[in-house]
Amino acid sequence: MLLEMTGQKSVPNVFINKMHVGGCDKTLQAHEDGSLKQLLSGDEAYEYDLIVIGGGSGGLACSKEAAMLGKKVMVLDYVVPTPKGTTWGLGGTCVNVGCIPKKLMHQTAVLGTTLQDSRKFGWEFSETVTHNWDTMKTAVNNYIGSLNWGYRVALRDKNVNYVNAYAEFIEPHKIKATNKRGKETFHTAAKFILATGERPRYLGIPGDKEYCITSDDLFSLPHCPGKTLVIGASYVALECGGFLAGLGLDVTVMVRSILLRGFDQDMANRAGEHMEEHGVKFLRKYVPVKVRTPGRLKVTSKSTETDEVIEGEYNTVCTDPSVPGDLILVSPPPRNGKIPVNDEEQTNVPHVYAIGDILEGKWELTPVAIQAGKLLARRLYKGATLKCDYVNVPTTVFTPLEYGSCGLSEERATELYGEDHIEVYHSLFWPLEFTVPGRDNNRCYAKLICNKLDNDRVIGFHYLGPNAGEVTQGFGVAMKCGATKEQLDGTIGIHPTCAEVFTTLDVTKRSG
Amino acid sequence: MALSLIPPLTDGPISYQAIYQPAQTGSFHNNNMAALCRGRHRWKRTNCLHVLTRNLSGIYDYDLVVIGGGSGGLACSKEAARLGQKAAVLDYVEPSVKGTKWGLGGTCVNVGCIPKKLMHQAALLGTAVKDARKYGWQISGPICHDWATMAEAIQNHVRSLNWGHRVQLQDKKVKYLNVKGSLVDEHTVRGLTKAGKEMILTAKNIVIATGGRPNYPIGIPGAKEHGITSDDIFWLKKEMVLSSTRRGSDVALECAGFLTGIGLDTTVMVRSIALRGFDQQMAGLITDYMATYGTKFLWKSVPKSVDKLSSGALQVTWTDTRTGDEHKDTYDSVLWAVGRAPETKALGLDQLGVRLKKETGKILLGSDESTSVPNIFAFGDIGEGRPELTPTAVKAGKLLARRLAGLSAELMNYDNVPTTVFTPLEYACVGLSEEDAEERHGKDGIEVYHAFYKPLEFIVAERDASQCYLKVVCARGGEQKILGLHFTGPNAGEVAQGFAMGFQCGATYSHLLQTVGIHPTCAEEVVKVNITKRSGLDPAVTGC
Repeated sequence: MLLEMTGQKSVPNVFINKMHVGGCDKTLQAHEDGSLKQLLSGDEAYEYDLIVIGGGSGGLACSKEAAMLGKKVMVLDYVVPTPKGTTWGLGGTCVNVGCIPKKLMHQTAVLGTTLQDSRKFGWEFSETVTHNWDTMKTAVNNYIGSLNWGYRVALRDKNVNYVNAYAEFIEPHKIKATNKRGKETFHTAAKFILATGERPRYLGIPGDKEYCITSDDLFSLPHCPGKTLVIGASYVALECGGFLAGLGLDVTVMVRSILLRGFDQDMANRAGEHMEEHGVKFLRKYVPVKVRTPGRLKVTSKSTETDEVIEGEYNTVCTDPSVPGDLILVSPPPRNGKIPVNDEEQTNVPHVYAIGDILEGKWELTPVAIQAGKLLARRLYKGATLKCDYVNVPTTVFTPLEYGSCGLSEERATELYGEDHIEVYHSLFWPLEFTVPGRDNNRCYAKLICNKLDNDRVIGFHYLGPNAGEVTQGFGVAMKCGATKEQLDGTIGIHPTCAEVFTTLDVTKRSG
Repeated sequence: MALSLIPPLTDGPISYQAIYQPAQTGSFHNNNMAALCRGRHRWKRTNCLHVLTRNLSGIYDYDLVVIGGGSGGLACSKEAARLGQKAAVLDYVEPSVKGTKWGLGGTCVNVGCIPKKLMHQAALLGTAVKDARKYGWQISGPICHDWATMAEAIQNHVRSLNWGHRVQLQDKKVKYLNVKGSLVDEHTVRGLTKAGKEMILTAKNIVIATGGRPNYPIGIPGAKEHGITSDDIFWLKKEMVLSSTRRGSDVALECAGFLTGIGLDTTVMVRSIALRGFDQQMAGLITDYMATYGTKFLWKSVPKSVDKLSSGALQVTWTDTRTGDEHKDTYDSVLWAVGRAPETKALGLDQLGVRLKKETGKILLGSDESTSVPNIFAFGDIGEGRPELTPTAVKAGKLLARRLAGLSAELMNYDNVPTTVFTPLEYACVGLSEEDAEERHGKDGIEVYHAFYKPLEFIVAERDASQCYLKVVCARGGEQKILGLHFTGPNAGEVAQGFAMGFQCGATYSHLLQTVGIHPTCAEEVVKVNITKRSGLDPAVTGC
């Protein structure tokens, strides 16, 4: 009878909660991959193996991976509208109000420069070229719409249950989901993953929510923003300020202290200088105090160093609120309310995990969230051990002159190893494609930080120039392989490219 | 700063200082620095084992004479001078059949990489102007291209580079001679100026880096009279090309690509396969893309003759080798891209007994770039089996100079050379082609990961991305060491450079997997690739 049921002749023959595990080997194997513990803890009492809260890049990657490993998975995604009423579909920040629309609008600005260049390369067309916000916005949003749809299809194909509802914990293993119409449902699961990401915050000054918009609104704004004040100097702020200026708008960036906090400051300042040269105005060491109407948006700001108070007007003519022309963009101010996790993305509640932007002190980047989500699913359900590596993460800021980096900033490297133990190689360069139009000579910059204590290993890679993302990615792989300066020197350049500059770096900063 | 401050560094009979512009404000200082460095190196050497050779070399005019002022020759001579050697470089451009000639810097600067990439950029910008409309830029009226504007801008840039090279040679104290060099014996070079004046230079070591020039086909009537080569195309003053015919090398495809891109009716004639020596799947994707881009292909065809009609048009007659049928069509110009050959005849190599490879006419070299004759070395495009690429020549030249100066024994490593082809859809690769990997490791010994991806910037522009593809050829066992990496798409060269470094560090497939992507880029698709060819699954990338 037992043989018929299990196909197993030998003993022991192990069952847990009426489920056949197998003999000694199988049981030990189950112990090793963690599934034994799961069976013993009685997970099957729950409706789902896993509920992921948040349908952004990380949440989707994690839920799909878990479903592929045979788990019953639910994803809850709900977009709380912005004060301006902007809302969007499945896919989270990256797809809807982050990477994708940002890069496309950056690309639009790049094409604006391209149009000027192209005349020098012999192309002839009408003297006046203007930009139509609506054409761009529609094209970008149509593409986003197709991505939203694609995600829903992908979830269905992988048998992940997707619910468009707002989730709240009511018991350790139970959540309440409230949909748009206020209908409540209740779901239980053995494990939960929080991947709700972040939303831009407001300044907390009079007039902020009434009159200001954030990056959540910008990409789907129904009208051209016109003369714009961008408050903040995070990468989101600089990217938005950069592409708006590239579209020909009058842009001012208000900076409380420094540009691109956390990034190499030498590089950040160079990227900022380039923006300034290309018409972006910077109001440094100021913070806004209040924003008021009627008419033009009047922004009062005060200096962070003196008592000086200034007022700027970020509107041109109209008093009609529906008329384009006025906008203030707020980038996320310093963070708080984030979730601390251990190096396996586990929170202080053992069955609750968290990934992505919601984490404290981790990168706010889509590919990091995807990587973390996939690896977490594999650790939970496949017995894998590989953890997400939050060091040596290559990334790019799409400022008008793009900035790509991987590894440590010069400041951090100095702090960790001491100035005497690092060697910084650097070079200014002029991309071949800039020579004919004669622009931005000696603005592009390459910098490499090597650890002299460890065989001149490359610990920081920094590139300011065109196509920074494309250039940086491969060097990210090389740094994963533990590349040294010697190996870099042994790499043959690809001629003529910008990236080849890294194969011929021989001037050290020390040498002056 | 005035020129008179520059200390004289001429030992030979001809000085070019007179034509230098007094713009180099730092020259005096640089020269002093160089002199100091030189002094230090000399001191170092007299304190080591080279006393004897140094004394011997004292009887020669130079420590090193380099024949050929291209990328390799310049790098080699400058490095030698930096190390305290007395170096001279001889450069002389024999005009092309059509009479085109150019300045210092060799093929890369004048008739290769630089003008090619700039014309390619001109073509890309044409696509970008069209894309821009989809992104909301309002351009009224027609868009057209003016060859003369482009050619002038590019030629001006090339001239500024020629000038820059001369200034650099002077700064680095390398003697530059605009003379045609040939070998007399293993220590003596004969130079001939344009005016026919002869000079003799002696040197401890002689390096030949004269590169190659484009071939004309043999036995095709009218080929030379009516056809041009890549030596001419970048220096054409006015638009003359409406259509051309040539063969399927990388030069051919690159030229055809940018000509199509600036709006010319362009046809490529291919005898057998395109991009021989490259991964053939990738070659297929490149030509497929070009075909949709508007370039016409005449496959498996061989030209028979070129005739000039009374209208001035060129009539090309060719045979389709599949059917044996003969076809005719008229074109405004015909560009031959049927390979390159080294310029060895005028060098007098045969008299000295420098051994050449009979089939190619290139010089047979040891791994230290030595020829069969002592004290004579050669590298770059003229070396048999060497890659015809600027960065390899530059690197090989520098290493050779260091070895000849007795300061290093490091040999040039010609493996793992990354390269890119600037076709309309760019292609870059490092390592083995899939065919070669299969041949070396067996079909079961390799795992090929691949993906068809869509560049974000193509989507809004509604451009066809069906040839944007990448593949990573790995060893199948163990860590899955990467054997070859291939990528077609925008900015392929920029994408590939970093991966080439990873390759140099022994990257494996798991290194790729562990690297976080940069979103949204094309390069991130390389670290996300996860579909094997063996699995037969659909390699199309969906979503972010």
